[in-house]
Amino acid sequence: MMKFLSKFYMVIVFALLYAPIIVLVIFSFNDGGSLSEFSGFSFKWYAELFEDETALNALKNSLILAIASSLCATVIATFAALGLHHMRKKYVKNAIKSVTNIPMVNPDIVTGVSMMLLFVAVAGIVKSKSFFGFWTMLIAHTTFNLPYVLLSVLPRFNQLDRSLSDAAMDLGCTPTKAFFKVELPQIVPGIISGVMLAFTMSLDDFVISHFVSSPNFQTLPLYVYNQTAHNVKFSMYALCALIIAIILAILLVVNFTGSVNSKRKQPQRR
Amino acid sequence: MARFNEKKKNSAVKKADSRSLFQRMAAAPHIVWMVMFIVAPMLFVVYFAFTDDNGFTFSNIANLSRYSNVFILSIAFALIATVICLLIGYPLAYFMAKSKPKTRKILLVLLMLPMWCNLLIRTYALMALLDNGGLLNSFLQKIGLNTLHIVGSDFGVILGMVYDFLPYMVLPIFTTISKIDKRYTEAAADLGCSSWQTMTKVIFPLSVSGVISGITMVFVPSISTFYISQKLGAGKIDLIGDTIERLFQTPTTYNVGAAISLVMMILILISVGIMNKFSDDEGGIII
Amino acid sequence: MKKLISLLICGILLFASAISLSSCSKEKQPAAKSDIKTLYVYNWGEYMSDGSDDSLDVNKAFEDWYYEEYGEHVNVNYSTYSSNEDLYAKITSGAVVYDVIVPSDYMVQRLKDEGYLAPLNYENIPNMEHILPEFKGDNAYYDKNNVYSVPYLYGMVGIIYNTTMVDPNDPDIGSWSLMWDEDYKGNILQFNNSRDAFGTAQYYLGIDVNTATEAEWRQALELLKKQKNIVQGYVMDEIYNKMENGSAAIAAYYAGDYLTMYENNSDLEFYYPKEGTNFYVDAMCIPAASENKLIAERYINFMLSEEAAVANAEYTYYASPNELVVNNEEYMEYMSEIKEDAYDKMYNTDGIKATAYENLTEDKLVTLNSLWEELKSDVDIGIGIYICCGVIILGLIVLFATYTVKKRMKKKMYE
Repeated sequence: MMKFLSKFYMVIVFALLYAPIIVLVIFSFNDGGSLSEFSGFSFKWYAELFEDETALNALKNSLILAIASSLCATVIATFAALGLHHMRKKYVKNAIKSVTNIPMVNPDIVTGVSMMLLFVAVAGIVKSKSFFGFWTMLIAHTTFNLPYVLLSVLPRFNQLDRSLSDAAMDLGCTPTKAFFKVELPQIVPGIISGVMLAFTMSLDDFVISHFVSSPNFQTLPLYVYNQTAHNVKFSMYALCALIIAIILAILLVVNFTGSVNSKRKQPQRR
Repeated sequence: MARFNEKKKNSAVKKADSRSLFQRMAAAPHIVWMVMFIVAPMLFVVYFAFTDDNGFTFSNIANLSRYSNVFILSIAFALIATVICLLIGYPLAYFMAKSKPKTRKILLVLLMLPMWCNLLIRTYALMALLDNGGLLNSFLQKIGLNTLHIVGSDFGVILGMVYDFLPYMVLPIFTTISKIDKRYTEAAADLGCSSWQTMTKVIFPLSVSGVISGITMVFVPSISTFYISQKLGAGKIDLIGDTIERLFQTPTTYNVGAAISLVMMILILISVGIMNKFSDDEGGIII
Repeated sequence: MKKLISLLICGILLFASAISLSSCSKEKQPAAKSDIKTLYVYNWGEYMSDGSDDSLDVNKAFEDWYYEEYGEHVNVNYSTYSSNEDLYAKITSGAVVYDVIVPSDYMVQRLKDEGYLAPLNYENIPNMEHILPEFKGDNAYYDKNNVYSVPYLYGMVGIIYNTTMVDPNDPDIGSWSLMWDEDYKGNILQFNNSRDAFGTAQYYLGIDVNTATEAEWRQALELLKKQKNIVQGYVMDEIYNKMENGSAAIAAYYAGDYLTMYENNSDLEFYYPKEGTNFYVDAMCIPAASENKLIAERYINFMLSEEAAVANAEYTYYASPNELVVNNEEYMEYMSEIKEDAYDKMYNTDGIKATAYENLTEDKLVTLNSLWEELKSDVDIGIGIYICCGVIILGLIVLFATYTVKKRMKKKMYE
């Protein structure tokens, strides 16, 4: 009985959660281009999507920005984690940690607004007319990505076995070499999950970008926002449906192969 | 252990100096970045909040009383949305964690999938679905029921928040519950706990940290949203986020906008601080 | 889990690179990318023919024309805003540079007075001769002799209503009072920009929109506050969807846009309120900060050519001040196909009482801004919200109390 109820509950919640998305996917095939009436099946919007240069360009920009900012954040945060790990003064360490966490705890809108104030001031000082763009976006995204990367890398450092790097140095490694040869390989999993987290955060961010962007560098969320002020093009629904389909496909494939693997190995969760 | 460390420290005294350059420099770029792009912007917010064209002033903060209703409404909406998310999300997370490993994986994927679909498009689709002439209402009309006026009402905005942020509540709770050692619940059952008692006495206390981070992850974006209220409130319901966004559109109103941002930031930092008191977890937020 | 995510990301990257490759291969770019100048055009939403529904993609046509004419590649970066105030904010923030903008009359005046516009060199805009004399010289009330601006399209504000939801015999039809009719509570849409929203109230009250005193502005605010209880929302271009699918019954909007909506929903009707309404001219200008003034002037010139002007007029349904459009028979036919009286609605407006907005004085602008803030932040909190919150807070207090009591009990037990 309990089992049935719990299943029933899950089905209901997921159904409600998915209702708009399913509608969206179905209507992306709607010939008429209306969200209230289905007038005929067609791939028209998908064809239009691949002809919409602005949208594709925005997608490209989004990806460039996400990759660049997640890499920047990872490099900075990984070294920061190393430094913090070896730091002796605990209160300095805690201060740095809590300041880094500010963009994570703060509402996005405040982070965005504060960044904008900074950039406006700098633009006023250097008298640059078109200061906003890729670089301001990159800085903003890197900044809000930092705490996420740090949070996934720092615990790895704390799990490190110090005697290993000590041994390496006893065997003649310089500390730098010891870091790259011994410590880095051990924290790679943390770095990878940090990069991925940062990548997703950056790809999805709208609020902060909204305040620090300019028309010469538009990302996909900004493009969509611009559209929702008028009328969302149906090609955007098509894009959304495509993304969902691709991710679902990948996940299913991984799940399938994963279950084959897990029979051999012990199932491991993170 | 302590003695061992001490011994090691002594033996490493010589090395400590040779090591320290790289170690110390390692955090330097981060600290510089932090000061430039986290601390400095915050200082700008404070600076703008306490100045106007004539210099230092408290009037920006003092004049915020005209926005008191906006503040109350935003806090109320965020509170209600958070509680609803918790009420819906906790059982969902619990049931998910209790299902078979294979289904659990699929459910987790299902839960994360909407997050990959852009929030703006999702909210817009929700609006189009619920609008007076939208799919839901035309369906209701067809089967002869009354139509629902959701868009442009308080209910619509809260619904939007719940819909958009529910996964943020479920994920951390799910993670903590599935990390709970099964032996605890087995022991509780062996000692004569009913399943309800196991739930309240064992599982819930152990998942508090997940609940806390779920609450912060829903409350903070809800209180500061401007997109959801714009679309599902049809521009009529003004929350703090809308106000800030509007004020930051014209340079002449930056000061008031900064004052509102500052107040909101302090409010949120205080409430997050209080919440973290309840959880024993050091990091506070689990993802 | 980790492998799962990494595979997932690999997949997305592959997908994305495929897309960007396909888009790159499509662009025929004989010249190096850095040689291509970009022209930033900032226009109202849905205000330029964009190639959808077999219309002409004007920006593309300009790029091609420019290459043929001058042998240089120009890339048009086209973005949109939804109100004059948004445009003003972007221009004055100084963060962004545009080359061509299309403000309405009063905003042209304001930007000009504040020095944000560059004077035009008409040697590069010979097509100016096609503009009808009614819109040139002294008749350009917002910018005498068109020093800074070239008229783009014009129109008037009117009220759109859905005949299936509004009784066609309603005595309020024909007047602004329809927007304040409580029978249509929750079905009325108001402008989401200060000048137009206050304009509706001022015209209704019979107050002059340009010389209103502080008390009269307040009077208008009171009326708008009263209306806030019965409006569904404050929207700009979201109105298309809402009126087309019957989500709202009554809305004040620009005349040309009515025809766009009518095309998709023939239940919609339209009138100019008898108390008087707003007449506007939207004009193309070049911001003083522009770095591509020559190209921008050529762009404006291109917009005045028959091909582009007709395409824009047909796409937007707004009235055109260009003789090449007005006398174009194909265009007239096109308009009458949309709706019999479409051409008359847009062009034969002599008998209608209308005034144009003028730029307000600095103190009036401050008043308007603060009144608009007052209207927007005037939220009333429903009793339901109070009850819900009360319950939640009570629950929190109870929870906290039991938590501390239990903690103490535990302590005692240990002792």
